[in-house]
Amino acid sequence: MRDRADLVIVGGGVVGLSLACQLARMGFCDVVVLEQGYLCFGASGRNGGGIRQQWTTEENILLMKESVRLFRRMAAETNYNIWFRQGGYLFLARDGKTASTLEANMKLQNRLGVPTRMVSPERARGIVPGLDTRGVEVCAYNPTDGVLFPFPALWGMAKVATQLGVEINTYTRVTDIQTRGKQIVKVVTDRGAIATSRVVNAAGAWSWQIARMLGVELPNKPYRHEILVCEPLKPFLDPMVSDLSDGTYFSQTMRGEICGGISDPEEKSSMETRSSFRFLHRMCRSMLRLLPRLADVKVMRQWAGYYDETPDGNPILGPVEQVDGFIQLNGFGGHGFMLAPAIGRQAAEWLLRKVDHPMFEKYDLGRFARGEVEREIFVIG
Amino acid sequence: MAKTIVCRCEDVCIEDLKLGFEQGLRELEELKRHTGLATGFCQGKCCIAHAARFLARLKGGDDMVADPPRTRPLLHPTPVYRLAGELEAEPEGDGEP
Repeated sequence: MRDRADLVIVGGGVVGLSLACQLARMGFCDVVVLEQGYLCFGASGRNGGGIRQQWTTEENILLMKESVRLFRRMAAETNYNIWFRQGGYLFLARDGKTASTLEANMKLQNRLGVPTRMVSPERARGIVPGLDTRGVEVCAYNPTDGVLFPFPALWGMAKVATQLGVEINTYTRVTDIQTRGKQIVKVVTDRGAIATSRVVNAAGAWSWQIARMLGVELPNKPYRHEILVCEPLKPFLDPMVSDLSDGTYFSQTMRGEICGGISDPEEKSSMETRSSFRFLHRMCRSMLRLLPRLADVKVMRQWAGYYDETPDGNPILGPVEQVDGFIQLNGFGGHGFMLAPAIGRQAAEWLLRKVDHPMFEKYDLGRFARGEVEREIFVIG
Repeated sequence: MAKTIVCRCEDVCIEDLKLGFEQGLRELEELKRHTGLATGFCQGKCCIAHAARFLARLKGGDDMVADPPRTRPLLHPTPVYRLAGELEAEPEGDGEP
């Protein structure tokens, strides 16, 4: 392991690897990535692979548009098949309030070039054969959203970064970060220390622990989110289907499996990743209500990952006041994977070329103290 | 060349594990994700022990068996309607898929 680096990225998840990959492409390779487990150990390897542009704020919609553009090129650029399939996202509204939210979102998304449209329950049944639309008022559908397989996306980015000279260390846990005055000088791990003046905190659910090593308190809280996968079926389901009344989402992977999860309002913040029967039961009830033809399909496996949630549902990005050279890229909740390509690129531009982006001001840690918070309401699952 | 299949559900051969090992994957958690090993219908019940033994041999040293990946429910693939608490499946339409 290297004993010094210009930049150390804590967290070998999609955010850290996307940044490492972009930096390396710009010729900045004196970077070490530290991952406590294997690649795909954290939320980046545990999510449903949903990639959508149907968001509620201009920032998130534009970032997601950029991410979709980058995901479309990723397989060719990394030589890993990431199974990106743009089958769309279909959101179901069961009440008037949700319906008008979807309608307002659609207008904003259309203005920014995302072709979302409102579809009647009848039209929705044409998009998803067998969809039970009883009780559904209206749906929002964007055919350019999609799903991908998270693992190869991570491996591809890791391979590109490594080939260009970035060092990625798996099974390496950060135990301390040392400072001289306000300046970072060293990252200590269970496999040795690295002298550096800059640290990116891309540790997802563990970000608050990394920040605490430097006396910085993040408001992020980890929440367990569970997910399941069914046996592979002949391709029949194009879009990701999401019911906004209970936060259910599921799609068909390129392997043919139905993969999805559901929100649980009773889940408390914890570092728990055990599976529960409660989830299995609630998710299967919801799947059965939405798509009765899934009744006989067998569930194969369930698991859990974390949402690294902030009080306003938006990430924490950029430097902090208390420590020089300590950069946050965390708090992505359930949408880190889909935002990562755009965030990695902007963060690399910002680090290397001082190219500013409004998100660094809008989503800095200081916003919570200042009270300048605009909540992202479209966090699903 | 003869193929030795280690995971029948996902058609993973000993050669696939060897290749992964040569690329630097040292744990079954990693090999599982790279090859699809143990993610098929048997959920690892038929293949994990073989793979663990083979990986231990590749690693050398005194350990007879490598650490298995974390075991995940379900023990056996189970229909959605049963988990939803329904007594029988009543598929609509033509019953597909």
